[in-house]
Amino acid sequence: MAEAQSTSGYLQIKNITKKFGEFTALDNISLDIHEGEFICFLGPSGCGKTTFLRAIAGLDIQTHGVIEQSGKDISTLPPSERDFGIVFQSYALFPNLKVRRNIAFGLENRGVSTPDINARVTELLELVGLPDQGDKFPAQLSGGQQQRIALARAIATKPGLLLLDEPLSALDAKVRVHLRHEIKELQANLGITTIMVTHDQEEALTMADRIVVMNHGVIDQVGTPIEIYTEPATAFVADFIGKMNFLPGQVAQSGHVKIGDISLAADTQGYAQGDEITVAVRPENIIVLEGTDKPENTVRVVVKAMEFLGSFYRATLISPKMGNVEFGADFSINMTRRTNIKLGDEVKIILPSERILVYPKGVKNG
Amino acid sequence: MADISSHSSQSLPIVKQKIGRDDWTMRAFMVVIAIYLVVALALPLYVMMSKSFETYRFELDRFEIQVDKGDGWSDVTTVAALNQQVNAIGADELATSSDGRLGITKLFPDFSFRSKTNYRLRNIAGSDAVFLIGSERVAHNEWVKLSSNDFRRVVLRPSPSTGFDNFRTYFSTPALFNSVYNSLAIAFIVTVITVSLAFAFAYALNRSCMRYKGVFRLIAMAPLLVPSLLPGIALVYLFGNQGMLKELMFGYSIYGPIGIIIGSVFFTFPHAMIIINTSLALSDARLYEAATSLRTPRFKIFRLITIPGARYGLISAAFVVFNLVITDFGLPKVIGGQFNVLAVDIYKQVIGQQNFQMGAVVSVVLLIPALIAFSVDRYIQKKQVALLSSRSVTYQPSPSKIFDRQMFAYCTVISLIIVTILAVCQYAALIKFWPYDLSLSLSNYAFDLMDGGGWDSYRNSIKLALLTAMFGTIVVFTGAYMVEKARGFENGRTVFQLLAMMPMAIPGMVLGLAYIFFFNNPANPFNFIYATMAILVVSTVTHFYTVSHLTAVTALKQMDNEFESVGASLKQPFYKVMGLVTVPVCLPAILDIWMYLFVNAMTTVSAVVFLYSSDTTLASVAVLNMDDAGDVAPAAAMGMMIFYTNVGARILHAGLSRLLLKKTQAWRMR
Ligand SMILES: Nc1ncnc2c1ncn2[C@@H]1O[C@H](COP(=O)(O)OP(=O)(O)OP(=O)(O)O)[C@@H](O)[C@H]1O
Ligand SMILES: [Mg+2]
Repeated sequence: MAEAQSTSGYLQIKNITKKFGEFTALDNISLDIHEGEFICFLGPSGCGKTTFLRAIAGLDIQTHGVIEQSGKDISTLPPSERDFGIVFQSYALFPNLKVRRNIAFGLENRGVSTPDINARVTELLELVGLPDQGDKFPAQLSGGQQQRIALARAIATKPGLLLLDEPLSALDAKVRVHLRHEIKELQANLGITTIMVTHDQEEALTMADRIVVMNHGVIDQVGTPIEIYTEPATAFVADFIGKMNFLPGQVAQSGHVKIGDISLAADTQGYAQGDEITVAVRPENIIVLEGTDKPENTVRVVVKAMEFLGSFYRATLISPKMGNVEFGADFSINMTRRTNIKLGDEVKIILPSERILVYPKGVKNG
Repeated sequence: MADISSHSSQSLPIVKQKIGRDDWTMRAFMVVIAIYLVVALALPLYVMMSKSFETYRFELDRFEIQVDKGDGWSDVTTVAALNQQVNAIGADELATSSDGRLGITKLFPDFSFRSKTNYRLRNIAGSDAVFLIGSERVAHNEWVKLSSNDFRRVVLRPSPSTGFDNFRTYFSTPALFNSVYNSLAIAFIVTVITVSLAFAFAYALNRSCMRYKGVFRLIAMAPLLVPSLLPGIALVYLFGNQGMLKELMFGYSIYGPIGIIIGSVFFTFPHAMIIINTSLALSDARLYEAATSLRTPRFKIFRLITIPGARYGLISAAFVVFNLVITDFGLPKVIGGQFNVLAVDIYKQVIGQQNFQMGAVVSVVLLIPALIAFSVDRYIQKKQVALLSSRSVTYQPSPSKIFDRQMFAYCTVISLIIVTILAVCQYAALIKFWPYDLSLSLSNYAFDLMDGGGWDSYRNSIKLALLTAMFGTIVVFTGAYMVEKARGFENGRTVFQLLAMMPMAIPGMVLGLAYIFFFNNPANPFNFIYATMAILVVSTVTHFYTVSHLTAVTALKQMDNEFESVGASLKQPFYKVMGLVTVPVCLPAILDIWMYLFVNAMTTVSAVVFLYSSDTTLASVAVLNMDDAGDVAPAAAMGMMIFYTNVGARILHAGLSRLLLKKTQAWRMR
């Protein structure tokens, strides 16, 4: 990976390693975050997202590495000397203080006058859409309301960086979707650089400007949601985000891969002829051939199972010529109706060459 | 990328976080309290331990002597050589204590203080071998010329050395060594009885639908509010030589093991009951519901589910009771008669015989079972906590006429026994002169006319309890807060945790004796607190530190860990979060600690019995001393004063808690 020499990064993380005893939770991670960006750390449980966030906050300092915030080295500063606001999954609202006092907490003892504090608290309550809940105790609010108060408290002091550790995962699905939009909108309006930890890919895809996909303490890919989805850099990313079929194959010649006896045109990247590889294609990118013309990458398959998933069918396909590996394809309701595909039918499908991805061998469907 | 990272991270320097102002402050607090624990616990114990290895001998070869019977000085000989010739001082006389004094006239069979014979004596070992002429101390190495009359007043002083001699003496003196066996036997028997009785009681409270559970629970707690020696006094009135029910003893004496066992069961009962009750309340209700729905017979449920579910509670209760009994001093002192136990031996060695070294030896011996019981209990507690967190369903018993009636009968019997023991004490206190004049009178409350310090001792006890509760709560909570919430500083925190757990393993008698050794030394800069109220407060806070610390830690652990992180991110000092959030939220636990310290300061005897002075006599010690002096009825009266004071404090505490909670805990209501 080329060393990022940009100085424009608001938050520059250089070669961060975090060890818990012998266990390496973060392994030499580097990352640049621009001012005003909304970044999501996405990855499965235990991959080190929280550890990374807490290192940035200074709550659990990294073992090695440097962190710079707006050009200043903050690597060794205690949290109280860094510039950030933080929201936890547990809300961490002070239970014995009323909502207003919670929000005002960070504004006190900073030379701000009481009327100014009050005005600011009122403004924040309005900002998070809870103008008349100020005189309640946190326990008297719903989970979603509490999380909004926690957010208001975190941004009250106008920090340069907002850190959110799974802020939505304790909420039920509907509130979660609703709050996603609100947080994103708020962030965009305030222009505050934000890092949010999540293990929910939908959350990351809808909210983030850029997603940082983490796996076992390393960053697998950094990119916009579209990049991550369409060009997953590793098999792990491909598998973790969206659905992906993995089929064992070889490189036939440059620009062609072979699965069983079938040869398909595809970008073979750096692989040489004869290399064992894994061929990957997303179910929704598989097209059923409806005309009589014969474009490239057409394969004859049998429909082995069809599962109705509401807005589409998830079909399980199998081809003897492809070594009898099963793989999935998403068929739209419209297309299924039109072509009248049924269980047991033999159909021709296209695996579009620009949608075929190639990874090292040994990746399994999972 | 993988290669780059693997070798670069090896050589990189480890990032050390800058320590912020808050961190420094918190560490400073922690260190201060750690130093408190070192000074009030670790150092005294260390000094005591080293005393137990300190032996004193008269080293006769360190003195030289010459005689002039009018015909010039004889040849110089050592006293040892002289003794070998005349064989006047046996080897067993040479071993002594720090106070030992040895006259040497018997080395001269024809000695007469009127004779004209002169003597010359000198030590040849400097200040290690000293002799006295009357009270004049001679530590130099010059010859001292003495007339016969002066020589009569010469005594040699022993030299200290280190070794296992004291322990050898201890284990070869059956009178001392038997106490080990006695103590272990008593503790074992009491453990079995108390745990069985308490288990049945807790079982009734948890698994039956009997009525008046609240009343039973209150009565079962009552023994916590009196000194452990009070049941001893009641037993004397009930079963003593002139006891109301002495026929029931069938000729056996209550003074001795029987009395100790009954009294110990009384005072350890609530401790066991609380522990077992908790473990029963926490055991998994789903198992019971499943078993009940399968119509499993009650005894089978009991054997297969209840007992295994409560096993940690049972084991923990057993070790706690064992520890309480083996370290208790008040009860065997009052009712033990000629039956010796370890804790009383310490008292006898120190107060009776002034043999501090032997007191230290017994203390070390007593420490061993106490330490074992303590470590096993800690281990079990940890296991139970792990078990506890995953459970939440509480069991709702369903009514069953026969069973509920049986349980009710059982609890009534136990409660009646407890109430009887307290009532007998109260009755004894109000009777003019048992058993001859049964008219009621308050004459036994005229404490000022008795030994033991009078009403002043009662006032001192209240003062001690208030100071201990106030000072102790602050110290304990602050310490627990710092150790729980400080960031980094892992080693410091581990050391602190260890220090905070130690007091529980140290018997009160041992602590008290250790304080004598440590604070009574004029060279100690803290010597000034000796014989003041301060040393009583310090010893009591230290003695009861661990349970208070654990209460505080438990309360703190229940709080969201991120409060402090939020506070730091909002650039607020830690004490703001502490004062505004942590302390108010933990207020119930803080009040509990306060109450625990108050009650225990009122009732404790063991540590303070070595430390009180004539200005700081205490009610609990007065009970002991009045009983010792034969004023048993006033002792009972004073004991009941302690009881009522504690009851009053409890009521006040309950009222105050409710009031405070209403004010500060409004957030708990939804
Ligand atoms: N204090 C600690 N001591 C030892 N290991 C730790 C500690 N904190 C985290 N770990 C380990 O580091 C790894 C990463 O933990 P982290 O909490 O960062 O995961 P995460 O990605 O946030 O997971 P989740 O989605 O479950 O919150 C895990 O394997 C975890 O067990
Ligand atoms: Mg996490």
